[in-house]
Amino acid sequence: MAFLVSHPDEVRVISKRFGQGATDIDRYLQLDGYKAVRKAFTMKPDDLINEVKNSALRGRGGAGFSTGMKWSFVPKQSAKPKYVLCNGDESEPGTCKDRLIFEHDPHAVIEGVMIAALAVESHHGYIYIRGEYRYLSVIMQKAIRDAYAKGFLGKNIFGSGYDLDIYWHGGAGAYEVGEESALMESLEGKRGIPRIRPPFPAVVGLWGGPTVINNAETLAAVPPIILGGSDWYAKLGTPKNGGTRLFCLAGNLNKPGVYELPMGYNLKKMIYEVGGGIPNGRSLKAVVPGGSSTPVMLPEEIDVAMDFDAVAKAGSQLGSGGVTVLDDAACIVKFALRTMKFYRHESCGWCIPCREGTDWLEKTLIRFHSGGGVEKDIDNMYYLAENMLGKTFCPLGDAAAMPTMAFVKKFRKEFEDHLHGKPCPFEKAGAAERQPVLA
Amino acid sequence: MRFSAEFETRFAEMVTHYPTRRSALVPSLLYAQDEVGSLTDEVIAELALRLELTELEVRNVISYYSMLTTKPRGKYNVQVCTNIACMLVGGEELLDHCKKKLGIGHKGTTPDGLFSLEEVECIGGCSWAPAIQVNYDFHENLTNPKMDQVLEEYRKKGTQ
Repeated sequence: MAFLVSHPDEVRVISKRFGQGATDIDRYLQLDGYKAVRKAFTMKPDDLINEVKNSALRGRGGAGFSTGMKWSFVPKQSAKPKYVLCNGDESEPGTCKDRLIFEHDPHAVIEGVMIAALAVESHHGYIYIRGEYRYLSVIMQKAIRDAYAKGFLGKNIFGSGYDLDIYWHGGAGAYEVGEESALMESLEGKRGIPRIRPPFPAVVGLWGGPTVINNAETLAAVPPIILGGSDWYAKLGTPKNGGTRLFCLAGNLNKPGVYELPMGYNLKKMIYEVGGGIPNGRSLKAVVPGGSSTPVMLPEEIDVAMDFDAVAKAGSQLGSGGVTVLDDAACIVKFALRTMKFYRHESCGWCIPCREGTDWLEKTLIRFHSGGGVEKDIDNMYYLAENMLGKTFCPLGDAAAMPTMAFVKKFRKEFEDHLHGKPCPFEKAGAAERQPVLA
Repeated sequence: MRFSAEFETRFAEMVTHYPTRRSALVPSLLYAQDEVGSLTDEVIAELALRLELTELEVRNVISYYSMLTTKPRGKYNVQVCTNIACMLVGGEELLDHCKKKLGIGHKGTTPDGLFSLEEVECIGGCSWAPAIQVNYDFHENLTNPKMDQVLEEYRKKGTQ
């Protein structure tokens, strides 16, 4: 199981019960568990939505959309049942945070789903967990059973007259299913291909009913917001970027791990202080700040506040919270190739620009990295990626295109160094050191 | 065909969770595969019948999900992640080591049926890389000697 780390700069809101035995429902209750949902029962749905809006909580899955706004799009009246769907299909490379939430605090996710259900007046929730996370599904299934046994779920919950069912659902290996419309397809027992929007899930979602879909971390942040108040939560972060988030520090770092830091925490500090800097006397070459789909950043670009707006202004994206650090022994062409291999593998094949684009890019990168590249490949790769952008039903095409364009643009020299049959200049230097620090 | 009592209890409950029966398909396929070893023609026919689908519809779903397989795997499926975070700290070298050690390649199975090997995409072990899963169990912060220990433990367990 994943081990926990700590740093004095951490602000523990979502991770406050990590390592405290809170998978046990009685322990969770001792640690303020299910207090927020009791409070939510005393509030009107619109007040709940406004509270979450004012907290400046933004989607932790990667898109960073206002959670309260998302909830407000659900129609008040609906002939079809409304649904709340928790996205726990965590699979963006570099991201391993939801795993810790499910492992240590499953009831926080359940409570978040409950509050979201009250806010949009839904009586049905689903918690979707990726198939690889079987041990977490076991934990979540037990947590749900325990909540039913206490009368927190089912008919007339907390004696309120309100009925609410929450169920576990499991995947079977597919990155694409993390995209909200593909997630619904998968839950309906189909291949996880995206749906065309509009209509958006808030209006036409699961089985045609209005559906709120939030990331597991987003939902886990809801109970503390309701208990502590939106002002408190908003002030933990930066303007329009409320609260804290779990940052997954990975790659060439002395102290990788998942740390909960305030939104807007400086990226440079995150790498050198929280993450302990670069091992083996190496220096920093690049950072992928928010999962493999986000554009790479250069060392001179990392003096930036890690919130959605500041990172966007710096030309990248905050994304999923997966901060992957590359030292100067890493080969960017190889890294770009591995990134593209992933997107080619995960492309569902529904949209041609993504299906063909990822395949062509991977093939070009394989040839290029092995020394068979020609000069015009460099511009061709950029051009191919550019032509995928915005031309697919779901963001997987963009997720493959954006990093590729950044690699080519920011590391053109390194691509050129691979030309004319030259062996990869990094292959030898890196191999000897590619051993984990925490062995 | 017959599944275990545990599967039947789970399945009977699961189909009550959704307005359409087919919604139970993906998790049911995975649980069935875990019991039977792979999604055989028999399993596919059975689940299709139970969920009111054609066998083709079930096969269409199976081919989409990377964990689902119609071919049997070894008793222990060693899944080595080589995605970016793992690659940076030796994931590929670890995969090469496993290939040598087990004498099989990607998606291969040892002749005794004990181990299968698979290069997989990100499994969510990024901060504890390099990471692998053996069936559903995570093993993290691996080195070649630690990998040998892991394999040895499974070999012992599997041949007892």
